[in-house]
Amino acid sequence: MKKMRRKVFMTAGYNTISMGTGRKEFHPKKARPGLEEYIKEAGQGTLKMIGGAQAVDEGVIGNFMAARFNHQGNLAALIPTIDEGLRWKSCTRVEGACASGGLALLNGIKSVLAETAEVALTIGVEVQNTVKAVYGADILAGAGWYRGERKTGHAFFFPAKFSDRAGVYFEKFGRERTRRALARWYRNAIENARLCPSAQEYHNKSLDLEALAMSEPNPRSFVEHLNFYDCSKVSDGAAAIAIVSESGLKRIGCSTKEAVEVLGWAQVQADLTVPITEAFRLETTERAVQQALKMAGITSADLGTVEGHDCFTIAGIMSLEAIGLCKPGEGPDFVLAGNTSRQGSTPFNTSGGLIGWGHPTGATGVHQAVTIWEQLTGKAGDWKIDIASKRPYGLSVNMGGNDKTLVAIVYRQGQ
Amino acid sequence: MTYTERLRNVSVLGAGGKMGSGIVLLTALEMCDLSQKAENRAQPFVLQAIDISHAALAGLMPYLQVQIQKVAEKNIVRLRQVYQDREDLIENSDIITQYIADVLNIVRPTTALEAAYESTMIFEAIVENIAVKTKVLSQINTNNLNSPWFFSNTSAIPIHELDEKAGLGGRILGFHFYNPPAVQKLVELISAKTTQSELLDFAGSYAKNLRKTMVPANDFAGFIGNGHFMRDFLYATSEIERLQAKATFAEAVYMINRVSQDFLLRPMGIFQLCDYVGLDVCQLILRVMSPYFSGENLHSPLLDELIAQGVRGGQFPDGSQKDGFFKYEKNRPSAIYDPKQKGYLSLADLQSRCDDSLGPLPTVFQPWKAVIALAAKDTFLQSYFSELQPLNTLGAQLAKAYGLRSREIGLQLLSQGVAQKENDVNAVLTTGFYHAYGPINNYFSEVSK
Ligand SMILES: NC(=O)c1ccc[n+]([C@@H]2O[C@H](COP(=O)([O-])OP(=O)(O)OC[C@H]3O[C@@H](n4cnc5c(N)ncnc54)[C@H](O)[C@@H]3O)[C@@H](O)[C@H]2O)c1
Repeated sequence: MKKMRRKVFMTAGYNTISMGTGRKEFHPKKARPGLEEYIKEAGQGTLKMIGGAQAVDEGVIGNFMAARFNHQGNLAALIPTIDEGLRWKSCTRVEGACASGGLALLNGIKSVLAETAEVALTIGVEVQNTVKAVYGADILAGAGWYRGERKTGHAFFFPAKFSDRAGVYFEKFGRERTRRALARWYRNAIENARLCPSAQEYHNKSLDLEALAMSEPNPRSFVEHLNFYDCSKVSDGAAAIAIVSESGLKRIGCSTKEAVEVLGWAQVQADLTVPITEAFRLETTERAVQQALKMAGITSADLGTVEGHDCFTIAGIMSLEAIGLCKPGEGPDFVLAGNTSRQGSTPFNTSGGLIGWGHPTGATGVHQAVTIWEQLTGKAGDWKIDIASKRPYGLSVNMGGNDKTLVAIVYRQGQ
Repeated sequence: MTYTERLRNVSVLGAGGKMGSGIVLLTALEMCDLSQKAENRAQPFVLQAIDISHAALAGLMPYLQVQIQKVAEKNIVRLRQVYQDREDLIENSDIITQYIADVLNIVRPTTALEAAYESTMIFEAIVENIAVKTKVLSQINTNNLNSPWFFSNTSAIPIHELDEKAGLGGRILGFHFYNPPAVQKLVELISAKTTQSELLDFAGSYAKNLRKTMVPANDFAGFIGNGHFMRDFLYATSEIERLQAKATFAEAVYMINRVSQDFLLRPMGIFQLCDYVGLDVCQLILRVMSPYFSGENLHSPLLDELIAQGVRGGQFPDGSQKDGFFKYEKNRPSAIYDPKQKGYLSLADLQSRCDDSLGPLPTVFQPWKAVIALAAKDTFLQSYFSELQPLNTLGAQLAKAYGLRSREIGLQLLSQGVAQKENDVNAVLTTGFYHAYGPINNYFSEVSK
């Protein structure tokens, strides 16, 4: 088993608003902030809490497809725009589809472990509302295998991939109950997002969320087994967090209690070109989570909160089984019994998750870490949950593509 | 000749105009869909987009480009199937670009009327002038050896007159799109007594493929839509005169407009609708209708006066509203024209005074947009109008009288034989004019008792 050769902490998390349809201030035809503004806002948000750029040894930025969404490459070179003091420092951009943010976190963690940095400023960003959803689907399909899958794939490539998974899951474990659980998942996500002012669904006023989410899918205009409420939306946003060693904490004047400690992590890679055989389960997620839990020396029963990768409601349900919170096929019951709600035994996605808070793809992994940090250090606002002292651990699971690139991290408040 | 054969070579006359450009769009899309069926791939499909004006045609292609793109984006799931054998088209954007090219490739813009001589199907959407229409249709008919079918978009000219005057032998019907054709779901279908039945069959299939709601109207000038709209408008102008005993012209326009919109839950007030259609277009329609209804006064001196002063309404090419009865800022009325002062008076100066005179709306009021989205719309309408009924405010009185008059017009269309069924009248007003309820209803009937 891997061991941490030194302690690694995260602190000073910052989320921008997740911008897109649903937000009052969003208008598709009006000018909006771009990559530069989001990177700057998130980066400066974190720098302010750690005493400025001089505390930082290195910068890491996670982003999926700025090259296509924004015609911009070389994103590491945008890190110094956050603060002049970051110029001439070591900066890296990483990409792993929707797990880009998680990969950025791992790069920060590894730098601190390697002692090449005591403080790593870690950012995730994506600005996707630059194109209509029908073209965005092309861009996001880049998380699949272009040469092998795109031509035969659906117009809405990823929704269809997870719709297919939902179809297989329905077949194997029953549609009706699962469909209701997907609707409950949606409701939990929106209700959590309504508490968090930076969430894309913060302004959501719909009355009967579960009834809405039970709308029949329309395969003529979308996909066979999922409706729009089953899908995370198109989002613009960024998140940042500082990844630091013990001496780094001292340098930035932060107590351990104001930080979360990274107790375990896993980075697991599946082969992009190998087709999924068991579509009803998330095998790579399972491997990553089990590895991270093992490294932290805990089981899923010890988790006080989880940030799961619910790019689609069905992915949320399947991740419960992958994490080991319930047996295969029992995810729907687990959700319907209220376990994943904010009052439940294992509150999931307490600021809304990908469905409720939003899914600015490259930022998502970092946003998850920020939410866990907020919850475990008592810094969350209205979306704060009670963390039972017997189960003080947090887990984040960040997935790239169709269960291909996985990052799982286990946290606990610094002691 | 099959449906598909009929649509192999089509002409649209007035292709650069408001209606013509929409008809080109819808027809080219339908032709492209046909051309992509395996059995049709061998032969070309041609749509001659004919207009006398180069300027009008110059706007056609950019319009088509934008609209086809929207259609392609909406239908991307199906289009990926259509192009599944094209290995070079991989992303949605590849497919959308190709589809736009394929549709545009069918359209041949031209100013030469001769282009119509080979067509089997001719859509006509040129100026609303019987002499011009007759001349153009008969010229094509004389030179075209295919015995083509003519679908006229006329707003008001009786189809049998066009048939007789142009000598078309029953190969014509009225296929009356609403503006803009790409958006409006309604078409009125007008067959003359002489219209050949095959045309009706074709029209049914064509409307169905375009996903239009087709309502039959009998061949009386104005048909159902304009038959109601014009009389509704004339009534509104007569109410202005009546109100002018105690209000200025601008105040009266404001109040009647507000009553016809808010109190009656319509999408826009009657004078705003007139601006939208264009004062000159309304004048033209009245002129065409008038001779056919000798017992009625279908003439508006007010329209004549305003138009003589250069007040016309209608839209700019970008779709924004030109000034008419109202002056518009960001497509919202901001001032009202006063023909005596020959200028616009600010709405802000009179609005609150007029609203006070009208009195409050029923407490259950919801704006039109919310009303049409209600699942229990009928229940709402019942409760709204039963609250309006006992009110004695000026607004309520005007509204009740207006609603009753609208009903009377609807019933008149039936008794004159313009419409065949009550439901057809209501369908035209709810589908073509987006009213929340049809004019033939019982919401106002108690007043008449
Ligand atoms: N605008 C509406 O709301 C509306 C609604 C329904 C029906 N209509 C009817 O549709 C017809 C067209 O109306 P519009 O509003 O599109 O008018 P328009 O002025 O926008 O378009 C008419 C077009 O016909 C062209 N044209 C004129 N004479 C021609 C000729 N001899 N040969 C070829 N082209 C010629 C003009 O250049 C112009 O581009 C009219 O009969 C009108 O009553 C209009």
